Amino acid sequence: MTLKELWHRLGSPRWFYRFSGPWHVALGVLAALLLTAGTVWGLVFAPPDYQQGESFRIIYVHVPSAIVAQSAYLLMGAAGLVLLVWRMKLADMVLAATVPFGMTMTALALFSGAAWGKPTWGTWWVWDARITSMLVLLFLYMGLYALRQAIPRQETAGRACAVLALVGVINIPIIKYSVDWWLTLHQGATFTLTEPPSMPPQMWIPLAINVLGVYCLFGANLIGRLRVEILEREQGTQWVRELVARQAAGGGR
Amino acid sequence: MKGPVGVFLGQLRRELVAALRSLQEVLNPLVFLFLAITLFALGVGVEPETLGRYAPGIIWVLVLLSNLLALEGLFRRDYDDGTLEQMVLLGRPGFLPVLAKVTAQWLFSGLAMTVLAPLAALLLFLPGEVLGITMLTLLVGSPALTLLGAVGAALTVGLKRGGVLLALLILPLYVPTLIFGAGAVTLAMAGVDVTAQVYWLMAVSMLALTVAPFAVQAALRISLEQS
Repeated sequence: MTLKELWHRLGSPRWFYRFSGPWHVALGVLAALLLTAGTVWGLVFAPPDYQQGESFRIIYVHVPSAIVAQSAYLLMGAAGLVLLVWRMKLADMVLAATVPFGMTMTALALFSGAAWGKPTWGTWWVWDARITSMLVLLFLYMGLYALRQAIPRQETAGRACAVLALVGVINIPIIKYSVDWWLTLHQGATFTLTEPPSMPPQMWIPLAINVLGVYCLFGANLIGRLRVEILEREQGTQWVRELVARQAAGGGR
Repeated sequence: MKGPVGVFLGQLRRELVAALRSLQEVLNPLVFLFLAITLFALGVGVEPETLGRYAPGIIWVLVLLSNLLALEGLFRRDYDDGTLEQMVLLGRPGFLPVLAKVTAQWLFSGLAMTVLAPLAALLLFLPGEVLGITMLTLLVGSPALTLLGAVGAALTVGLKRGGVLLALLILPLYVPTLIFGAGAVTLAMAGVDVTAQVYWLMAVSMLALTVAPFAVQAALRISLEQS
């Protein structure tokens, strides 16, 4: 199947539903394996940091969630573009399905950052450049969520969110840069993540595993939400009725 | 058939006339600006040193908020009486009337606040030598506020209660302008050269000028769909 064919087929929710079933399972299993391996390795077997001791272990939660939260916003920008240009139904569903996951991950990154900051910096909250950028990102996610909730018509809500997500994606690099610059202005309060210049492999390999794992989790979560969304939106169609009838009769996927 | 410049100027004229005929609506955000400045003085305390130190931030944050209040009504009336629909349907290229509306809006918010900045500076004990830079940053930074805000106003115009939502959508996008604007004035108070920050404000405004009119146009079409 060429890329062009795949692109055209993605326009059909029915095709995507059938195609994504195995992927949903595979990514879910992979996410469970990777996250378990990375987390156990990171929390139990990795050596403690020579400066921060045991508290550094929170990066095994913090860094993956922060990375995936930013990727999710980029994905929404891309989905928004696809929706506005090609009016692909699936893109609208991707937009809708990504917001809760991205918002949760951003909140998790902020919370884990605060929990790490307490023993390390002695305070729950510091206006660090990265923390501040993440906070703004959380507000951007909340705005998208609120806009979708506020517009009653589904199709309109999707395209409105697409415009907002695109404007947000263009703005994110500028926000990031300006926040970085702002911190050089307020030098007195600056803390930086004093990461050791080169992490030993026993430390970064579990981190890399967890990052991969959280991407798989994102994929599985996204596909799962998309499948539910597809069934819900297409509930009046012949193929969904047949599918439900088959499942009710005890058939498989 | 009018050319693009004709379309723009015609729409701008209409907007200015409309604004002058409902002057109170135009003035309300400006009144709010000074009301909020008073509240800050009452809340923070009136020692010239304290107030003066925070004046750049106070002025910029309040300019942001006043802009937001003004933006709520940007498309409201035209939406209610159907003018907006005609504007989007007829105007080819459609971003021109949008640009004219935004320009008129900026004249009565961004530019008006720039002109009134000396009064705000006086009330907040902003050191006189940075008044020029304050006005300059407001002048070059506020177009971005109006343009980005117009995107939010266009997205929420079809909703019954869009006010708080508009703030939630737009204020995060105002972060760079606030940082460079207030930062430039604060640095200027310390005697540092702030050319770079002024350029940054201009760059953000230029980027908004190139992107926002099209985003507003798209957002208006989407909002009109649901009516």
